[in-house]
Amino acid sequence: MSRHTLSVLVENKPGVLARVAALFSRRGFNIDSLAVGPTEHHDISRMTIVVNVEDLPLEQVTKQLNKLVNVLKIVELDNVQSVQRELMLIKVRTDSESRSHVLELVNLFRARCVDVAPDAVTIEVTGTTDKLAAFVKVLEPYGIKELVQSGMVAVGRGARSITDRSLRALDRIA
Amino acid sequence: MTEQMTGAQALVRALEHVGVDTVFGIPGGAVLPAYDPLYDSVKVRHVLVRHEQGAGHAAEGYAQATGKVGVCMATSGPGATNLVTPIADAYMDSVPIVAITGQVASQLIGTDAFQEADISGITMPITKHNFLVTEAADIPRTIAEAFHIASTGRPGPVLVDIAKDALQDMMEFSWPPVMQLPGYRPVTRPHSKQIREAAKLMIEAKRPVLYVGGGVHRAGASAELIELAELTGIPVVTTLMARGTFPDSHPQHMGMPGMHGSVSAVGALQRSDLLIALGTRFDDRVTGQLSSFAPNAKVIHADIDPAEISKNRHADVPIVGDCREVIGDLVTTMRNEHNEGRRGDYSEWWKLLNDYKKTYPLGYEQFADGSLAPQYVMERLSAIVGPDAFYVAGVGQHQMWAAQFIGYENPGSFINSGGAGTMGFAVPAAMGAKMGRPDATVWAVDGDGCFQMTNQELATCAIEGVPVKIALINNGNLGMVRQWQTLFYDQRYSNTDLQRVKRIPDFVKLAEAYGCVGLRCERPEDVDATIRKAMEINDVPVVIDFVVHQDAMVWPMVAAGTSNDDIKYARDMAPKWESEE
Repeated sequence: MSRHTLSVLVENKPGVLARVAALFSRRGFNIDSLAVGPTEHHDISRMTIVVNVEDLPLEQVTKQLNKLVNVLKIVELDNVQSVQRELMLIKVRTDSESRSHVLELVNLFRARCVDVAPDAVTIEVTGTTDKLAAFVKVLEPYGIKELVQSGMVAVGRGARSITDRSLRALDRIA
Repeated sequence: MTEQMTGAQALVRALEHVGVDTVFGIPGGAVLPAYDPLYDSVKVRHVLVRHEQGAGHAAEGYAQATGKVGVCMATSGPGATNLVTPIADAYMDSVPIVAITGQVASQLIGTDAFQEADISGITMPITKHNFLVTEAADIPRTIAEAFHIASTGRPGPVLVDIAKDALQDMMEFSWPPVMQLPGYRPVTRPHSKQIREAAKLMIEAKRPVLYVGGGVHRAGASAELIELAELTGIPVVTTLMARGTFPDSHPQHMGMPGMHGSVSAVGALQRSDLLIALGTRFDDRVTGQLSSFAPNAKVIHADIDPAEISKNRHADVPIVGDCREVIGDLVTTMRNEHNEGRRGDYSEWWKLLNDYKKTYPLGYEQFADGSLAPQYVMERLSAIVGPDAFYVAGVGQHQMWAAQFIGYENPGSFINSGGAGTMGFAVPAAMGAKMGRPDATVWAVDGDGCFQMTNQELATCAIEGVPVKIALINNGNLGMVRQWQTLFYDQRYSNTDLQRVKRIPDFVKLAEAYGCVGLRCERPEDVDATIRKAMEINDVPVVIDFVVHQDAMVWPMVAAGTSNDDIKYARDMAPKWESEE
């Protein structure tokens, strides 16, 4: 098995997420991570889907996704040739003694402290899956009270945009 | 030019514009607004069926007999869910239908309102696409898009669920609407490089087979297929969904492959060194155990649906495109190759294949007690009725016998439920076929198990003047299941006996109760006369209760999950493949 990152451009319409999610479950594929959001074009949403499959089933997933009428385009983003980020909010137990240690780790990981309470701090951190895992590991000894994480979002490196052609297709019908 | 009207009027007007002449359905609360203007339409005939499942299968039969999009209509909730089976059936067999359902008013959606069901959610995995319409203004465009999606690319079912208030509200109608389908672009033109690569393999091959599926008929490419086969001399097998796409009487036809295929067709695939798979999807019923299917063959796979290519079996030459264009291009390319002196030599292959054909013809057991063999009924039906009729089968033993023992010469003349295997398909589908092609003779071949699932549509047939003919192969059992119990469950017949001795129901009386003519035939010597009598009746539907022997089995058979090489042409009788060496 290997991790693949798919960027899926879809029409911004109700029910599209359900169609994509239903397709994955019906065809027996597991989603590691899923993030959906708007793009620079208000008619297009972009999903970043991370799946853990062999190459052959991945081809099948891509073809089946392409058959969905609301799916405009699918691009597999190479792990090296793309920038991939996840966002995590972590609430860590701190007291006056441990707070400075935790804040030091926050600086080392280029994270940010977004909320402080007498007995806890909440930290915002972005990065790759590996970085976030490492950060969680160093915070664990202090006591993690709560953790929430986004799906991965990713974009290809360089000047090219995967939305260009799909935008032109949309413009034609507009 | 726009015109003020209700959403319901716009729906009917849109259906007229896309060329709909027949709609099968049942009204109900949420869809009632649509039925009011439908009452006035002179272009669209609405056929009031007795069960929504019948409407769906009738739309499928209509679509397959005419090549047009079949249309069914139902109300919200249970009306819509009763369409689920035919929609799933149409999805599996790539039948173009549009299902229109009423939905509760938009402000009630999600409240568990009376007769509310999330039919667009329910049918998401079994439709090519579906729509939930909550604005009257969206109705014409959605109908245009639904018919476009259903009928182009790989055909399939599309559901349009329309909220009651969208049907009632006023809107501005104009035609044609602008379709908004930026993500829908089926590829129909094959890549020329792939065609050249395919031609090269076809010339190099020693044992090629044209493995033809339902997609070839859906593409209307029967003539092109015959041309390609005759040009190259390559043998042809036609799957269950492709029966008739290549004439059975043609010397290059090897029969139907698969679980109940002929030894010659299965043998041809297994011994092949090149499968030219056209509009077919390597279904498990054809391949048997996938790992031992056609083990020495390279594969050229042409399909309009890219997701079918290399799904089950790796394709050495994948070709995405409409089969008519693919086969047409192959004909041109092969002809050029021949002109250049490059031509495949398949003479050794034909020696082997002709030997298979001669040694293992289709056959069946006659019963010593003089009772009727179902296969004999099929043979006589084929001989008397001929190849110009439509034959519409249900699912089970009778379906396989109809596929094996009726001779098909015309594309699309065999209509049945292949992928989904929906019992109860035959009667309503035959009704739809006959309504689409009133000039043609339409025979349903049904089993007594199947028949009891949907025979209420005989009432529709009788009242609407649809004189279908039904050959009821009555063995008093769920025959195919019983056959598996005979072979794999120590003859423990758990819940397959329909208790024919009690004659409940009496199918002749049942036919008469529905305003049809009922005939019964129990002896081989009466078969011809009974069929002829049915052929003479053309004003009302006819049901013939063929009382056949309950122990008749479908052979040949490849047991589920086993290798095609282990095919049996009768119980414990395996062909000898070694003769090739």
